[in-house]
Amino acid sequence: MPKRNVLDPQGKTVKHALESMDFTGIKDVRVGKFLEIELEGGDKAELQKKIDEACHRLLSNPVIEEYTFEIDRE
Amino acid sequence: MTFGIIQFPGSNCDQDAYHALADVLGQPTRYIWRKETTLGDTDCVVVPGGFSYGDYLRTGAIARFAPAMKAVIEYAKSGGLVIGICNGFQILCEAHLLPGALIRNRGLKFICDHVHLRVETTNSPFTNAGKKGQVLRIPIAHGEGSYFAEPQVIEQLRRDDRVLLRYCTKDGDITDAANPNGSLDNIAGICNEARNVFGLMPHPERACEKLLGSDDGQVILESILHRINRRRREAVRVS
Repeated sequence: MPKRNVLDPQGKTVKHALESMDFTGIKDVRVGKFLEIELEGGDKAELQKKIDEACHRLLSNPVIEEYTFEIDRE
Repeated sequence: MTFGIIQFPGSNCDQDAYHALADVLGQPTRYIWRKETTLGDTDCVVVPGGFSYGDYLRTGAIARFAPAMKAVIEYAKSGGLVIGICNGFQILCEAHLLPGALIRNRGLKFICDHVHLRVETTNSPFTNAGKKGQVLRIPIAHGEGSYFAEPQVIEQLRRDDRVLLRYCTKDGDITDAANPNGSLDNIAGICNEARNVFGLMPHPERACEKLLGSDDGQVILESILHRINRRRREAVRVS
């Protein structure tokens, strides 16, 4: 997700589009990405560490983006 | 001297760079495929424009992990000259060789146009053939060229005289109207702290012949030649 202080022209455009379909009361829209990664499994703490590193080094750019992740067991 | 142009799947300004360096400037130039792990005998590395890896995830995000980029990072850290043009600039930022990031143009549109750039300093291997305040007319072609960095980074760039080019009017004024993409501080090109790595969104390699509408890009390429030739002469004197 783009950081708050980073201009997000995509989010602005989506906000305008929502407003033009009479969706009122929107304060702000930001457009980010959602990734789903299927893992083979393993120790949760270890996976947490690995995913965090992947988010930090590749999946997001910490200069402009923030990230959160969850590990679900199915 | 030898120029090395890195090629990724999706690079599309590699041949423009080759033409400018080999055919127009007459310099030995070769391509370096992304899987190569060494750069060989190279005086300057060009990370060219294009859409490396289809711009998947983020512009430059995947290219940064290519084996050739590992070699480029080492090369840059040992003082080698590296110039990243357009997608190359995005890759150098992703590789942390340059601070900040390039985000979506504020108007959301891909812009392909000639712009004016002011040479902000001649104190770099990439602008030494220009004059401070000189206005260059060079094309841009990008959808993600809006330079962003935290305020303290922008301040540091200013303080260290590391903004080499800013978007300006044809008379050299830095205005918001002359800023095509929303770059902070009208930044079009910056260098690293050691001043041997340069990233810029405009395409000097596409502005090296009058036939193409402008040869102002030669100021950048000739600066690199000056620097390399000077280094060579100094090396000869020392030995």
